[in-house]
Amino acid sequence: MTEIDESKTLKPTKTERRKKFTNLSNIEIKPLYTPEDIEDFNYDLDLGTPGKYPFTRGAYPSMYRGRLWTMRQFAGFGTAAQTNTRYKFLLEHGTTGLSVAFSLHTIYGYEADDDEALGEVGKEGVSIDTLKDMERLFSGIDLSKISTSMTINAPASILLAMYIVTAEKQGHTADKLRGTIQNDILKEYIAQKSWVFPPEPSMRLIIDTIEYCAKSVPQWYTISISGYHIREAGSTAVQELAFTLADGFAYVEAAMKRGLDVDDFAPRLSFFFNSHNNFFEEVCKYRAARRIWAKRLKNKYGAKKIESMRLRFHTQTAGVSLSAQEPENNIARVTIQGLAAVLGGTQSLHTNSFDEALCLPTEKAVKIALRTQQIIAHESGVADTVDPLAGSYYVEWLTNKMEEESEVYFEKIEALGGVIPAIKANFFQKEIATASYKYQREVEARVRTIVGVNDDQLREPCATPLLKIDEDVAREQIENLQRLRDQRSNEKVQAKLDALKEAAKGTENLMPYIIDAIREYASIGEVMATLKDVFGVYVEDSIF
Amino acid sequence: MGEKRKIKVLVCKPGLDGHDRGAKVIARALRDAGMEVIYTGLHQTPDMIVQTILQEDPDAVMLSMLSGAHKALCPVIMEKLNENDIDDVLVSVGGIIPDEDKPFLEKHGLKGFYGPGTELKTIVEFVKNNLKR
Repeated sequence: MTEIDESKTLKPTKTERRKKFTNLSNIEIKPLYTPEDIEDFNYDLDLGTPGKYPFTRGAYPSMYRGRLWTMRQFAGFGTAAQTNTRYKFLLEHGTTGLSVAFSLHTIYGYEADDDEALGEVGKEGVSIDTLKDMERLFSGIDLSKISTSMTINAPASILLAMYIVTAEKQGHTADKLRGTIQNDILKEYIAQKSWVFPPEPSMRLIIDTIEYCAKSVPQWYTISISGYHIREAGSTAVQELAFTLADGFAYVEAAMKRGLDVDDFAPRLSFFFNSHNNFFEEVCKYRAARRIWAKRLKNKYGAKKIESMRLRFHTQTAGVSLSAQEPENNIARVTIQGLAAVLGGTQSLHTNSFDEALCLPTEKAVKIALRTQQIIAHESGVADTVDPLAGSYYVEWLTNKMEEESEVYFEKIEALGGVIPAIKANFFQKEIATASYKYQREVEARVRTIVGVNDDQLREPCATPLLKIDEDVAREQIENLQRLRDQRSNEKVQAKLDALKEAAKGTENLMPYIIDAIREYASIGEVMATLKDVFGVYVEDSIF
Repeated sequence: MGEKRKIKVLVCKPGLDGHDRGAKVIARALRDAGMEVIYTGLHQTPDMIVQTILQEDPDAVMLSMLSGAHKALCPVIMEKLNENDIDDVLVSVGGIIPDEDKPFLEKHGLKGFYGPGTELKTIVEFVKNNLKR
């Protein structure tokens, strides 16, 4: 490109609002982008046709013209019966997939009456102890007709077992089931911190589910490799992109090491990204993610099937971007973030409710969040053509830039010996803590403006109605659990747990053993305690 | 306290809540403000927290809670401190604490209640101005 004259390449002037414009990854943004910024741009190699390698423009050929993204609102609180009511409310209002939020004691695999569960039962998600709770959770919902995402990690194989047996009791075989378990333990050590076992046995459990599902639950997505929590913990967009894909590579390598063919499992891996406030940065992040994954799967892991190279993802808008001050402003933030996810080609979307900096969402707030997606889908026109931002000098430049910066991180991680050694060296944890402190300092120095928070405008006192989880939930859950312990055959449960323990000491796939124990109504706490006896627990360094 | 000694702060994550972004940012800010900061790490039971307080003898304890377990766990921590005759330590809780829970927590001797959007300098000043020794 030699024809660009000086007048086209704007230089920053002294009259600009800021000395320097940067996005949330601290990439400096120029005043204007021109063909010079994407000099080596090659349409076929860099973008390609949507639905074809390297998938930059989208995972599927016709994208939302064929089918809109799945509107999947994450929900769960209180008892299984309470959450069942919320699911039916969401389904009546047009949600097209379920997404289960579990109570913290379930996430860590403690029973509701464990000392560790004190104060946590049903507060952040639905409380599940046994198959009985799972049966209540999906009562009246046909599991062969809906896809369900379960945000569960350390005990993911146990909840999947419960789902399979619940469906079985509804009369459906496992091959009919569609959905996802998050099952991404690496990002737990890195960011969300709901680990239980050390990394190596955790990886074994994950590869067990991948192997089991490849044979018996073929429509199931076995891992949702998640950047969401990495971002929420304070990473930049580039870090979210790079760390998440690095985790993905680690799972692929572990499964291949088990002897699985990459094309047998890679099509069932999916991703989960955040959508934060900087609109173009987010769009470019998704486009770069698809391209990096496709290249790596093809070139490094030797994938032959096109489905193995196709990165699909769920998006949730950034919880951490929501303000407790003037919470209604969050509706506008969520709209912009949701729009970025759609223009980035997401396969499913959760839009946050405006009251989530204060409490779990109320019904009214959830409805507005869902309506926001429907407005984007049906009124904005952005879903009518595929990847409409492609070809923009800025968008293509930024997509390239995010890919380049991710490659730098991949090299650093490799130099540390891979993802697990890097976790043990606190590499990710330190990177994230530093990025989040820097961001907070910038907000306080007014380098970044958060409307209604640090812009020194007049504040309206907030009077948002809050959703309260009362302490009766814990009482009810514990009573149900104790009743069940009296009703089931404790001998059979013990026999199944003993068998699981023996198997855990060896190298067999543990899924069939877990399913057997669940069928006898073993609790999540009992199964986890059995595995802890063999695997031990992880301890992290308390760095900040 | 002596003029030369640094203010010593214990930043804690009680319960199962893994949201440690706020706790870590606050720990750094207090350290940058010249205080000695110890961070307990995650998943601390009331007993573990009280044991750490007995061993470390901090001037201030900052509990970070975002899971909704504050009403269950904070009173237990305060009770155990009482049992150990610890009454000269500033104990505060922040994170996601609804306004209506504040009187209950105040009654149990807790202070602070800082939530999302609070500036770090506000928290630094709060610690400096509310020490009990």
